[in-house]
Amino acid sequence: MSIKKFTGAEIVIHSLHKENTEFVFGYPGGAVLNIYDAIFQLKKFKHVLVRHEQAAVHAADAYSRSTGKVGVALVTSGPGATNAVTGIATAHMDSIPMVIISGQVPTHAIGQDAFQECDTVGITRPCVKHNFLIKKIEDIAPTIKKAFHIARSGRPGPVVVDIPKDITAEEAVFEYPSEIELRSYHPVEKGHQGQITKALELLISSKKPMVYTGGGVVLGDASEQLTKLIKKLGFPITSTLMGLGGFPADENQFLGMLGMHGTYEANMAMQECDVLIAIGSRFDDRVIGNPDHFLSKPRKIIHIDIDPASISKRVKIDIPIVGNVKSVLEDMNEVYSTLEKNHDKKIQSDWMATIEEWKSKKSLSYKNSDKVIKPQYVVEELHKVTNGDAFITSDVGQHQMWAAQYYPFNKPRRWLNSGGLGTMGVGLPYAMGAQLAHPEAQVACITGEASIQMCIQELSTCKQFHLPVKIINLNNRYMGMVRQWQEFFYGNRYAESYMDALPDFVKLAESYGHVGLQIEKPSEVTDALKEAFSEKNKERLVFLDFLTDQTENVYPMVPNGKGLSQMILSEDL
Amino acid sequence: MRHIISLLMENEAGALSRVAGLFSARGYNIESLTVAPTEDPSLSRMTIVTSGSDDVIEQIIKQLNKLIDVVKVLDLNDGKHIERELMLVKVKASHQYREEMKRISDIFRGRIIDVSDNTFTIEITGSSTKLDAYLDSLDKSAIVETVRTGASGIGRGDRILKI
Repeated sequence: MSIKKFTGAEIVIHSLHKENTEFVFGYPGGAVLNIYDAIFQLKKFKHVLVRHEQAAVHAADAYSRSTGKVGVALVTSGPGATNAVTGIATAHMDSIPMVIISGQVPTHAIGQDAFQECDTVGITRPCVKHNFLIKKIEDIAPTIKKAFHIARSGRPGPVVVDIPKDITAEEAVFEYPSEIELRSYHPVEKGHQGQITKALELLISSKKPMVYTGGGVVLGDASEQLTKLIKKLGFPITSTLMGLGGFPADENQFLGMLGMHGTYEANMAMQECDVLIAIGSRFDDRVIGNPDHFLSKPRKIIHIDIDPASISKRVKIDIPIVGNVKSVLEDMNEVYSTLEKNHDKKIQSDWMATIEEWKSKKSLSYKNSDKVIKPQYVVEELHKVTNGDAFITSDVGQHQMWAAQYYPFNKPRRWLNSGGLGTMGVGLPYAMGAQLAHPEAQVACITGEASIQMCIQELSTCKQFHLPVKIINLNNRYMGMVRQWQEFFYGNRYAESYMDALPDFVKLAESYGHVGLQIEKPSEVTDALKEAFSEKNKERLVFLDFLTDQTENVYPMVPNGKGLSQMILSEDL
Repeated sequence: MRHIISLLMENEAGALSRVAGLFSARGYNIESLTVAPTEDPSLSRMTIVTSGSDDVIEQIIKQLNKLIDVVKVLDLNDGKHIERELMLVKVKASHQYREEMKRISDIFRGRIIDVSDNTFTIEITGSSTKLDAYLDSLDKSAIVETVRTGASGIGRGDRILKI
C-alpha cells in the first residue's frame, strides 16, 4: 500500500487545523489559489473574506486580543502582502500572537520581478517576531509548527510564513510534528526567587509604593494573580492604555489610566512614589512623559517583564525580574503570605491620604451640555447601556482616549485598540474579529469620522458574515487629536485637520444593508444607544453617527516633552 | 566605548540581514562586521565591532539575543580576548621607494604577496590599531588601494563561545 500524499496547499490547511485554527481571515489571489482550493475542499475552518488585506490582519489580531489564542491571516503575494504590513506592524508593536501566511510567486520566478512579486520576508522583517520563506514542501509542516510556537511563547508577536506557489502544488507525505526544538530560542518562564523576595521586601517597607501595569498582564492572562496580590498589598495601582481591564477599574485602589491623557492622581502618584513596581509594561514615551523629568525624583524601580530587552531600556531598573508575568505574580503571592506579618500598612497611610486628595480633584470631570453632544457623555452612556460588559474597540485619536477614560473595564481582553503603532482604521476590523470570536457578546466600535473611513469597506464584510457590531461614531468633523495639538501648540492653525465632504453615514450604512442613525441632540443619546442594543437590532449592525462638540479636548494632557506632573487640566474643573 | 561582540547564529539565508537590520533600525553603530560558517556548517560566527555607552551595549546584546536565529552572544570585552584583522594594501613601489616599502612592511610583520613594476601588495594582520598604525606610517600618496576584513575576535584561555 502506498503512503498517502498531500499537496503543499493541503499540508498548510491540515497544519492550521492541527493548531486548532477556528477562523482564517484572508483575501485570495494568484499565488494562494492552490491554498484557497484546499480550503474549499477540506473545510477545516471558517474563512472570513475581508475587503482589504489590512483588515484581515487586524481582524485576526482582534480575534487573538479578545481570546488569547493565535490569530491567523492569509494573503496573496505582492500587494496582498504589502497591504498586510500595517496590520502586522500593529500586532508587532502590541505583542499580539499571530501567524500570517502569505503566498509568494513560484520559486523559479523569485528575484525575476515577476507579476505580484515582492520580497515579503525582507519587507516584513522589522515588524515581525520572526518570518520564514518556505524552500521545500517538507518544510511546510515543521515551519508552521515553529511559527505558532514562536508567536505564542515568550513575548508574543506576529510570525509571517511566505510560501511560493509551486510548493503548494507539489505532493509529499504529511506528518505534523508533535514537538519542535529551537536551539536558539528558550524564553524564560520562571522569575528569580531571590529577586522576587527582594522586591516584596522593598515594597512593604516603602512609604509611598505605586503599581504600574501594562499590556503584559492582559497578554499573560495574569489578571487574577495581579488582583489578588494588589488587593492584599492595598497599594494604589494604575494601568497603561494597553493594560486596562487587567485590574478591575471599580476597585478604589485603581487610579485610572496614566500617561499623556492619564488621570491627575495616577500621574502624580507615578511621579511622587518612592518605590514603583512595573508589571508587563515598558515605560513608553506616552506613559512616563519626559524620562529626565521622570527620573528627577529619586525612587526605586522593580520591573517584571518577559522580555529582557524591555528591562532598563528607557529607565534604569533597580530590581529586574525576567519571567512570565503570571508565574512571577503567583510566586509573589506565595512569598507575600510569608512576609505579610511584617507588613505594617500604617507606614503607608499618609501616602494613601495624599492619593485621596489628588483624586478629589476629579480630573476627568467635564461640563455636560443640553445643546451639543459631549463625546465623553456618549461613552458614559454607552457604559451604562452595555452594563460595562461589552467588548470595546477603538480607532486612534481623541475618541480612543475618551473610550479609555470613560468606559471603565473590569475584565481583561475587553478593550481592543492599537496602543503601540496607533493605527487609525483598526476599530471596525477589530470589532469584526471580536464579534466572530464572541458571537453572543455586545461589541461596540468607538470611532471618529476620520478613522472609520480608513477601513470603511469592511461594512461589506460585516454584512456578509452577519456581524451585529455597533459603531459609535463620535463625529466632530475634525481629526480631533490633530486639531487639539494644532490648537495647543500650533497657534490654532488647523492645517488639513478638517474633514470636509463627509459622506452621509446613515445612507452609507443603509447602502451596505445596515441600520444607520444620526444623533444631534444630547437628549437623544441614550435612546439611540438603547435602540442600537435592543432586541430588534440584535442581528443588525447599527451605525450611530453622533454629531459631537467640535472643539472638545482630551484632558488631562501631558504635553510632549513635559513631565508627568506637568499636566494641562481641563478648564471645566 | 568600543566593543567586540561575537555571536553564533543559524547559517541560514536572511540571518545576516536580521542582524544588520537590527543595527540600522535601532540606530546602533557598526564599525565592522565579519561573518563566515564555523566548523559546524549549520552555524555561522559573526564578529561585530560597535561602540556606545554601557547602556547601549547592554541593549545591543539583549536585542541580538532576542533574534530567533541568534544562538549565542558574547561581549568579548567582558574578559581577556584576542583580536585580529587582515588587511591587503597595494602601495606604490617604484625603484627609489622599493627598499623603503619593504622595510616598513617588515617592521609591521607584513608580507609582500604580489609584486609588479610599480607596486607591492602587502598582507598584514594584527589588531585594528596596529593596521591603522601601519597606514599612518606610510606617505598617504603612496597608498594605492586598501582592503580590510574587519576584526575577528576570540576569548583567551578557557573563554569559549560554543553551543
